[in-house]
Amino acid sequence: MNEPAFPKVWRKESKPHKFCPGCGQALALKILGFALDELEIQNRTVYGCDIGCSLLTWNMFDFDTVQTHHGRVLPTMVGFKIANPKAIAIAFMGDGGGYAIGSQHLINACMRDDKVTAILINNANYAMTGGQMAPTTLASQKTTTTPTGRDFQIFGNPLHGPEMLANISSEGAYIARAISSNYQDTLSKIKKSLQNQIDGRGFSFLEILTMCPVNWHTDAQESLDFSEKEMTKIFPIGEFKCPSKLS
Amino acid sequence: MTKEFLTGNEAAIRGARMAGAQMMTGYPITPTTEMIEHWASEAAKNPQLKFLQTEDEMAAGFAMIGAVLAGLKCFTATAGPGNVLMQDAFSMAENMRLPTVAFINQRGGPSTGTVIYSQQELNLTCFGGNGEGLRIIYSCSNVQEMYTYALKSFNTAWRYRFPTFVLSDGYLAKTLTEIEIFSPAERQMEVIQPSPYFLKKDKPPEAYEHLRNTYNLETELHEVLLSHSQALTGAAPEIIEYEDLHTLDAEIVILAHGIVAASAKQAVEILRNENKKIGLFRPITLNPFPKDNCLATVQNKKMILVVESSLGQFERLVKNYLYGSSVPIQTLKKPAMGITPDEIAEKVNTILKELK
Repeated sequence: MNEPAFPKVWRKESKPHKFCPGCGQALALKILGFALDELEIQNRTVYGCDIGCSLLTWNMFDFDTVQTHHGRVLPTMVGFKIANPKAIAIAFMGDGGGYAIGSQHLINACMRDDKVTAILINNANYAMTGGQMAPTTLASQKTTTTPTGRDFQIFGNPLHGPEMLANISSEGAYIARAISSNYQDTLSKIKKSLQNQIDGRGFSFLEILTMCPVNWHTDAQESLDFSEKEMTKIFPIGEFKCPSKLS
Repeated sequence: MTKEFLTGNEAAIRGARMAGAQMMTGYPITPTTEMIEHWASEAAKNPQLKFLQTEDEMAAGFAMIGAVLAGLKCFTATAGPGNVLMQDAFSMAENMRLPTVAFINQRGGPSTGTVIYSQQELNLTCFGGNGEGLRIIYSCSNVQEMYTYALKSFNTAWRYRFPTFVLSDGYLAKTLTEIEIFSPAERQMEVIQPSPYFLKKDKPPEAYEHLRNTYNLETELHEVLLSHSQALTGAAPEIIEYEDLHTLDAEIVILAHGIVAASAKQAVEILRNENKKIGLFRPITLNPFPKDNCLATVQNKKMILVVESSLGQFERLVKNYLYGSSVPIQTLKKPAMGITPDEIAEKVNTILKELK
């Protein structure tokens, strides 16, 4: 039997990783690793992670990594990039970090067109703390803080991050959404979000839809179905801004 | 050395420049805004200097951390409610022993308070965040010191790798006066060079840094904290600074810090001219505190008078470090108000009458 394929930048000492069985975020991270391999930027990359499940990645890769505070990974990486413009700075966060507690940083980094790559995992809930409502929780979706389902009249509708950012971004920005179960599309979009930074063109933002079977209380098929059929109805996969040189 | 007319805010930025600061992050807030403006205007003329006006103080704090990880001497400046928000970042710097530098001009609090003056950010600056206060804080008494300690703070931060603060206040920030601008060489000061945490040039090809401030087990964090605490305690004798005025034969020793200590100094001169045996002990570093020096100074005195522009933040610090001393303590506390030398002298005279 062949060895399973892992990215070269996968830090073997920190494996097996600590994500729950069936977690889509782990899949997204693996694809991120393959993107780094293909672009050969391991020795130029600095990676920061937020709080929530994303903090589990603090030692996941063989490149320089730092774990920050909830919502604050983006300004940390923006500061790094300004200090060292040759670095490839990646800010990795969840939907709570990017769309709730750190939303001001996301909006302002996009508005300033900071030349960093922000990758945000949308699993429609706050997973690390046990499945509470997130800005991305779907209408009527049950979470531990919306036990009868998210009532949009009280809690509003799920936030459409890439669509919002596309409206305030500059010409050179790359703004897209992918789903971790589609390997090729996610790989292509991660690579574009990094290439855009390598080219110094503009702010790059990629939201990746993932499965959270433990907090959704779903089995493998139900998890795939919810993310691929239900979530993509609300959060369409696509590129909302793509400089012509990238496409 | 040259002499120039500068405000406290200008002096601090000149000190940072002289220290070789390369980047500033910040969000405008009275009475600190001019620091950000002065740096922005310098950066506009000099492409070597970097500047980011952020969306809030949290972003300013964390962008500073990012720049420090990249190996730049980076600093920020804030006040009052901005200092509250920035504790998020300072607490990360404290956990990871990152050499951040922050200039704090105290204003009235709590909440929005006043934009003018106070000494109410002692607790927050020394011990803010969900940690143990493993930080270094210089408290400035005059505009000259805003230059001197701004210059010095970068050396302290990068030598000992603890977040370092230059604590001042709105009065000093806005005071225009003559100060001496000197270079580190003129004072035989070494200039500590920064170095990057990430993307190091001479690292082995397979060696990567993985930094964190979260731990899986209680024991892991416990050991990290003990090690950091020991490092600060060990360095404390080199860091600690204080000023001691006429305390040797004094019957009453005034304890004050910052601009209030400058006022107390004048009060001591007034009282000494009246042949009254009064002295002043002024900690320059509030953290680490010159505990042993303070204890030795007040030993066998008749009275300690604590004077401060807050409702006991400094008094609590003093009482903590003077535990075991039997010298009685009186206080003159005027939260959010300036304190004149005459007021202090009057208080001392009242105490002298009581002592007779």
